[in-house]
Amino acid sequence: MTSSEAVAIGLTHGGSEDTGLGNRGPQSKSIVVPYGFWLFVLSDMVLFSALFASYASLVHATDSGPVTNQLFDRTNVAIETASLLLSSFVCGLAIIAAKRKNLFWTEAWLVLTGLLGLVFLVIELREFAGMIAIGAGPQRSAFLSSFFTLVGCHGAHVTAGLLWIGTMMAQIWAKGFQPHIGRRLLCLSVFWHALDIIWVAIFTIVYLIGTLP
Amino acid sequence: MFGRLTWDAIPFNQPIPLITSLVVICALGGVAAWITVNRWWPYLWREWITSTDHKRIGVMYIVLALVMLVRGFSDAIMMRAQQAVAIGSSQGYLPPEHYDQIFSAHGTIMIFFVAMPFVIGFMNFVVPLQLGVRDVAFPTMNNVSFWLSASGALLVNLSLFLGEFARTGWLAFPPLSEKAFSPGVGVDYYLVALQISGVGTILTAVNFVTTILKIRAPGMSYFRMPIFCWTALASNLIMLAAFPVLTVALAELMLDRYLGFHFFTNDGGGNSMLYMNLIWVWGHPEVYILVLPAFGIYSEIAATFSGKPLFGYRSMVFATMVICVVSYMVWLHHFFTMGAGGDVNAVFGIASMIIGIPTGVKIYNWLFTMYGGRVRFTVPIYYLVGFMLTFVVGGLTGVLLAIPPVDFVVHNSLFLVAHFHQVIIGGVVFALMAGYTYWFPKAFGFTLDERLGKIIFWCWFIGFHLAFMPLYVLGLWGATRRMQHIPDATWAPWLDVALVGAAIIGIGIVLTVVQLLYSIKTRDQRRDITGDPWDGRTLEWLTLSPPPHYNFAVLPDVHGEEAYWTRKQTAIKLDRLIDEPNYQPIEMPLNTPVGVICAFFASLCGFAVIWYIWWLAILGLVGAFAVFVWYAWRDEHEHIIPLEEVRKNARERRRIRQEHLQNLSQSV
Repeated sequence: MTSSEAVAIGLTHGGSEDTGLGNRGPQSKSIVVPYGFWLFVLSDMVLFSALFASYASLVHATDSGPVTNQLFDRTNVAIETASLLLSSFVCGLAIIAAKRKNLFWTEAWLVLTGLLGLVFLVIELREFAGMIAIGAGPQRSAFLSSFFTLVGCHGAHVTAGLLWIGTMMAQIWAKGFQPHIGRRLLCLSVFWHALDIIWVAIFTIVYLIGTLP
Repeated sequence: MFGRLTWDAIPFNQPIPLITSLVVICALGGVAAWITVNRWWPYLWREWITSTDHKRIGVMYIVLALVMLVRGFSDAIMMRAQQAVAIGSSQGYLPPEHYDQIFSAHGTIMIFFVAMPFVIGFMNFVVPLQLGVRDVAFPTMNNVSFWLSASGALLVNLSLFLGEFARTGWLAFPPLSEKAFSPGVGVDYYLVALQISGVGTILTAVNFVTTILKIRAPGMSYFRMPIFCWTALASNLIMLAAFPVLTVALAELMLDRYLGFHFFTNDGGGNSMLYMNLIWVWGHPEVYILVLPAFGIYSEIAATFSGKPLFGYRSMVFATMVICVVSYMVWLHHFFTMGAGGDVNAVFGIASMIIGIPTGVKIYNWLFTMYGGRVRFTVPIYYLVGFMLTFVVGGLTGVLLAIPPVDFVVHNSLFLVAHFHQVIIGGVVFALMAGYTYWFPKAFGFTLDERLGKIIFWCWFIGFHLAFMPLYVLGLWGATRRMQHIPDATWAPWLDVALVGAAIIGIGIVLTVVQLLYSIKTRDQRRDITGDPWDGRTLEWLTLSPPPHYNFAVLPDVHGEEAYWTRKQTAIKLDRLIDEPNYQPIEMPLNTPVGVICAFFASLCGFAVIWYIWWLAILGLVGAFAVFVWYAWRDEHEHIIPLEEVRKNARERRRIRQEHLQNLSQSV
C-alpha cells in the first residue's frame, strides 16, 4: 500500500483532506479568546436590547409626571457623546502602542481613555442627580424607571470598564507585554468600543428622539 | 446588623419544613462526616472541586441535577397527595401558603436546577470528546459556571429552613410578585438564586459556542460533527441570546422590589404584561435549550443501537437550526389571553405550529434510522421508542394549544400542565435517562445494570401516563392549575390515578439510586475494557473508559461523517491498527479554586441581598473583585504531561485495542 492510500483511508496520521472550515484542528488562543469575548459582548447587546424594549414600551407611561423633552439637555448629551467617542479613539491608540510594546504610550493612552470615560460618567451622574433633585427620580413613573435602568446600566458598564482599565494598567506595569496580557487588552478594547455602540443607540433613541419638539 | 434576618425566619411552628430541614441538615452533616472520616477531602478538592477537566465538571453537573431531582420530585408527590385528599370538605394537610411555595419551588427547581444542569452536564462530558479535542475553550470559566449554578441551587434550598420560598409560581409573575403583594423573602430568594445561576449559564453558552465553532479535531468540518454537537451548538446559541433577557426581566423586578421602581407595578404607569413578554422571550427558547440536546442524545442512540448511520444527517442539522431560529418567534403563545388581538395571536399561533414541522422531520429521521437496522433493544432504545410515542402525543396537544381560540378555553388549566409535562418528561427526561445509561460506562468504566434499567424505564413510562393523562381530562373539564383545594368531588378518582402514577415514578427514582449502588457493587461483572461497549460511531468511544485527563494522546484525524466508525471499519478490514503516531508532551490547564471561591462570594452576596444585610453584600462584592484580580495575576496557566506518561498510556491503549480488534476480526 502506498502512503497516499494509507492516508486516504485514515490509517496514518495527518493529511486529512481539505474540508474547508475546521480542517486545521483547534484554533490558537489568540483567536479563541477574543472570539469568546465577542460572543459575551453579543449577549450583552441582547441584554441592552431587552432594556431598550422596556424603555420603548414604557416611554409614554409618565403617570402625569415629567416627559422626555422637559428633562433632557442636548448640550449635555453632546459633551457626553464626544468624550465617550474620543475615549474609544484613544483606546485604539493604546492598542497600537501595545502592539509596538511601547510601555509609556500604552499606559498614557489608557490613562486618557479612563479619564475621558470618567468625564462621561461624571456628567451622567450630574444629570441623574439633577433629575432626582427636581422630583424626576426613577420612582416617579414607569418611564423614569426604564430611563434610569437603561442609561444607568450603560453607566454601570462604563464603571466596570474603568475598573478593568485600572487593573489592566497595573498588570501591564507589573508584568509587561506577555501574550495573555495582550489578549486581555484586546478584549478590553472590544468591550470599550461595544459600549460606544450602545451609547450611539441610547443617544438616538433616548435623547435625540426624546428632545424632538 | 442582620437586616431582616431574625429567629422568626426558622419555621419552628411549621412541622413539615422544619422536619425536612433537620433531615437534610443531618444527611449533609453525615455525608461530610463520612468524607472526613475517610479523609477524602483532599482528593475531592484536588480531583473534583477545583477540576478544570470537562468530564469531571460534567459529572458534577449531573450529580447536582440528580440530587435536585429528588428535591423537585418530593415537591411533586406532596402536591399530588394534597390534591388527592383535599377534596370537598377536607382541606388536606398543606395550608395554602405552604402549598403555593411547593408548586413554585417544584417548577423552579425542575427547570433551573434539574433539567438545565443535567443537559449542561452532558454537553460538558460529551462535546469535547465527540469533537476529538482535549477540553473546552475556557476550562477555568467552565468550573466557575458550575459553581455558580451550585450557588443558585444552594440558595433555593436554603429557603427551606431560613424564611420561605416564593408563592408566585415558577415564573413569579407581577403584580403578585411585587413588594406590595409578596413582602416576604420568598420572591427575593427566587430572584437572587436565578440571577446567580443565570450568570453561570451565560458563561457556559459563551464557552460552548466558542468550543464548537473554534476547537475541533483536524478534519472535523461542520458537516462532520456528530448530531449531538450540532444540537449543543443550537442550544448554546439560544442560551447566549435568551438568558440575558431573563436577566433583564428579573433585574427589573428586583429594582421594583428593592428600590421602588415602577416597571411592573399597578401604579406609576407600570405594565405587568411587559414582564410576561420579557420572561417568555426567554421562557419559550428555554424549552428548546432543553429539548434540542435531548434530540441530539436520541440521534446518537438511534444510530448506535440500530447499527446504521443516522438517516438524513443533513436534514437533521437543518431541522435543528430552523428550530433554533424559530424558537424566538413564538413566545406570545404563552399568553394569547393578554388580548393582543386576532392578528397578533394568529401570527404567533401559526409560528408555533410551524415549529412542529422540523420536529416532525426529526421523528421520521429516527424512525428511518431504526427501520431496516439491526436494532439492539438496550435501555437507551427503550427510552427512544417510549419518547417517540409520548412526545408525538405531547406535540399534538401542543398544536391544539397553539390555536388561540382553543387556548382561550384551556389557558392555565390542567390540560396545559399535562401538555408541558408530556413534552418535558417524554422529551427531555427520557433523553436524560437514556443518555445517563449510554454514557455512564464512558465516565466510570462499567455499564449500569440492564435489568434494573428496564424496570426504571417502565416506571417512568407507565408512571408518567398514569400521572398526566387524567390531567388532560380534568383540564378539559375546567380544572385550573395550582389548586390547593379541589371543590368537585367527582374529580377524585382521576386525581387518585394521578397520585398512583406519581408514586410509580417515585419508585423509578428510588430504583435509579438502587441501580447505581448495585452497579457499583457488581461493577467487575460489567467492566468496559475496550472503551467501546456499545459498538459506537462517534469519537468518544475511541478513547478508553474512563478517558485519561487529556482524552486523546494525539488528536484524531477525521475522515468522513462518522469519524470513529470509519476508522474502526478500516482497522477491521485491514486487520491492523492505525500506525503508531509520534507522541508529544501534552499541555493541560491547571486546576483552580477560583470557581468555588467565586461561588462562595456569590452565595454570600446573594444571601445578604435577600435579607437586606447590606454590609455583607458589599463585603461579598469586594471579595469577588479581589479574587478576580488575584486570579488575573497568576503566571502559570498550564502544566505539561510528560512524554513518557503519554506514551505509556497510549501504548497500553493500543494493546487493548489490538486484542479487541482480533476479537472483532474473528467474529466478522
